[in-house]
Amino acid sequence: MFESLRTGLSNAFRALQGKARLTEANMREGLRLVENSLLEADVNVDVVRQFMENVSAKALGEKVLNSLDPSHQLLLIVYKELVALLGPADPTLPLKKEVNVIMMCGLQGSGKTTTCGKLARWLQERKIRPMLVAADLQRPAAIEQLQVIGRQLDVPVYTEPGAGDPVTVCRNAVGRAGQEGCKVVILDTAGRLAIDRELMDQLVRIDRLVQPDEVLLVVDGMMGQDAVQSARAFNDALELNGLIMTKLDGDARGGALLSVRAVTGVPVKFIGTGEHLDALEPLHPEGMASRILGLGDMLAMATEAQRLVDEQERQRMEQKLRERSFTLDDFKSQLEKLVRPGLLQRFMSFMPGMDQLRELMGDEDATLALRRAIGIINSMTPQERQYPEIIDLSRRCRIARGAGVPPFEVNAMLKQFAAMRDVMENLVQVGAAERLQAIQQLQQAAIRDPFSVLQRTKKGTGKRLTSQERERLRMQREKELRRRKRQQRRGG
Amino acid sequence: MGWLWNKSHDAPDQDKAVNDTAQPKADQAKAGWWQRLKQGLKRTSDLLRTDIRDLLARREGELVDNLLDELYTILLRTDMGPQAARQVCDRLAEQYRGRLVTLDQLLASVKATFLDMLRRESTQIRMATAGPTVILVVGVNGSGKTTSIAKLAYRLQNQGYRVLLGAGDTFRAAAVEQLTIWAQRLGVPIVTGPPGSDPASVAHRAVAQALQTGADVCIVDTAGRLQTQVNLMEQLKKIRRVIQKQIPEAPHEVLLVLDATAGQNGISQAQGFSEAAGCTGIILAKLDGTAKGGVILPIQQRFQIPVKLVGVGEKLEDLIEFDPVQFVEGLFA
Repeated sequence: MFESLRTGLSNAFRALQGKARLTEANMREGLRLVENSLLEADVNVDVVRQFMENVSAKALGEKVLNSLDPSHQLLLIVYKELVALLGPADPTLPLKKEVNVIMMCGLQGSGKTTTCGKLARWLQERKIRPMLVAADLQRPAAIEQLQVIGRQLDVPVYTEPGAGDPVTVCRNAVGRAGQEGCKVVILDTAGRLAIDRELMDQLVRIDRLVQPDEVLLVVDGMMGQDAVQSARAFNDALELNGLIMTKLDGDARGGALLSVRAVTGVPVKFIGTGEHLDALEPLHPEGMASRILGLGDMLAMATEAQRLVDEQERQRMEQKLRERSFTLDDFKSQLEKLVRPGLLQRFMSFMPGMDQLRELMGDEDATLALRRAIGIINSMTPQERQYPEIIDLSRRCRIARGAGVPPFEVNAMLKQFAAMRDVMENLVQVGAAERLQAIQQLQQAAIRDPFSVLQRTKKGTGKRLTSQERERLRMQREKELRRRKRQQRRGG
Repeated sequence: MGWLWNKSHDAPDQDKAVNDTAQPKADQAKAGWWQRLKQGLKRTSDLLRTDIRDLLARREGELVDNLLDELYTILLRTDMGPQAARQVCDRLAEQYRGRLVTLDQLLASVKATFLDMLRRESTQIRMATAGPTVILVVGVNGSGKTTSIAKLAYRLQNQGYRVLLGAGDTFRAAAVEQLTIWAQRLGVPIVTGPPGSDPASVAHRAVAQALQTGADVCIVDTAGRLQTQVNLMEQLKKIRRVIQKQIPEAPHEVLLVLDATAGQNGISQAQGFSEAAGCTGIILAKLDGTAKGGVILPIQQRFQIPVKLVGVGEKLEDLIEFDPVQFVEGLFA
């Protein structure tokens, strides 16, 4: 069902592929699809319109029209513009010497209480003692929820059972924090509708009387067009300092973030990527831009991958990839990390076009291929792992026997390894263009045929042709094709 | 970044909302659910109605591309998504392009299109012919499951059914306490389990107790989960199986609670939860805000899961029956 959502954009740019030049007409089609993609991602209509105007103006400039690779150029313009609008992220909390007050606000069910816990944990990790304040007196058991979280983290939770006015609770809490030596007070306010005057007034009163140092708006990542209205209401009522977008661990594309950024203009502090209290991450505008565009969040994937390997190993691996000395042994150790229940499917959800595939296979199927690949590598000698080029027919048969697979699987695995290595090597290169190319390559492969193995890209021959020469070659090619067709027709 | 600050589309709407809530209570009670539904949907309706009138007032007569583009934008604001909105516009273009149209014709056409999308079938909760009716409630985190369950229990109680709750959200901190508080307020029995325990066991015991005590309805809560979490979706399947073991035709209803503020991800939610739990109906929660809940249109179109109930406020009685015809009428009345 997602083919329209997720591949719309790639289709738009595929339409441009093979065309030497962008005409205004074919670019408009591409831009229309970009617009559609943003709307599918729940970016607000007005925000989309403005964005498209900006991008169109830039894209229709001469630079793009005359550039050699228009599809890349256009994608880069859209992408850069998005990154600029989303960033810069600001994953910091400026703290002063005295007690700092952080107020969390947002709609019902946006994830305020959980995010309070995550923030407390984040502070704890930085050796700062936080205190949680249960200022949500509306929802049944909201106080208990915060208390449970406080116990889990071993963080003091300030509550006033039976209190009627959250304003006094907040004020008393700030006083208590000073006595208990807590440096940061996190106020968990009740969720409210933006149009609920009474509750909004209450927030304004807390804001005025407690004077929080930071007011953070918590926004549900699955929110639609209404994000603009509610963010505007909160922004008008309070002096917001930052945003936290939650529930980004699913397949929501989170276009609301763009809307909210546009309305409030305050930076994104963190994003929530899971139910556990450590699932609070800084925003990567690049990853978010890809995600909103439907290109798949390769950066989130990279982050997840990072979580699996420790920093040292990651550096070693990156070094190897950069030096282009990535061996089958390294490949194997990476595969082994992937063979974990549910993990692969999560990875696939990051990638566009992989949805159907993910649905088709269970966890067993997903890891089966990996386990087989590991088995094949296990049957190789160290020398073969280092230099897979030396694997000839007899070696291949031996490996196949050892791993209990037919010989062609050994070949298939080696091909896949070569293709993967190329992509990964490109991914760690510094240049944005190279990274983008790797991402596109992955994505194209996935869309074209999710079941196929990754294709190796052809490397340039080193010979550069002028446009006239290319044109001549193209004519020759087409002529030859026509000739063959003619022959075929005659033959058949 | 400031390019959107000055654009304000909703300022007049907000004033209207204030007037609505200021209406005397007695009026509301007299007018019944239909009035409340209308109020809940008023924003959508106001928006659609006034804007269409505007369109035609400004340039009366011929339906041109500009006009359609503006209509498209208006439809997008309801969260129905570009695809469904485009379909509506295409249909209008086909019918009226180059012709002189009146407001009535346009409205009738849009209404007809919406009615096509919304399935017109009974929105009643399906009750078991004999023995307890089991209702499983599912949804993403923070969509309003627990509150909706409380409202649903209250509603069924008022209809004369004896209700039992199963606190199947053993994951989120204090979720059990939250439902327990509601159960106490309503005076209905509740089956709970320790935090972190298997929700399927809670579901099992809830159904068993319903059978034993002869309760009419057993509503089972579940922890909020994203439809992409494979293991948690498997857990839903297990809960379903466990319920089925005791009562083969149960759960009689699997209700998906959908947040009206949700955007296009609602479609993915409907799909994911349907596949795992076999949703038989939707509760559209939080329709009392500025959100329009238009995402149910594409959902209806693709999966034909009827919207059964609508949440229009924070009070217990603010859960009302959904009627597609009335819904569409409410959009344009």
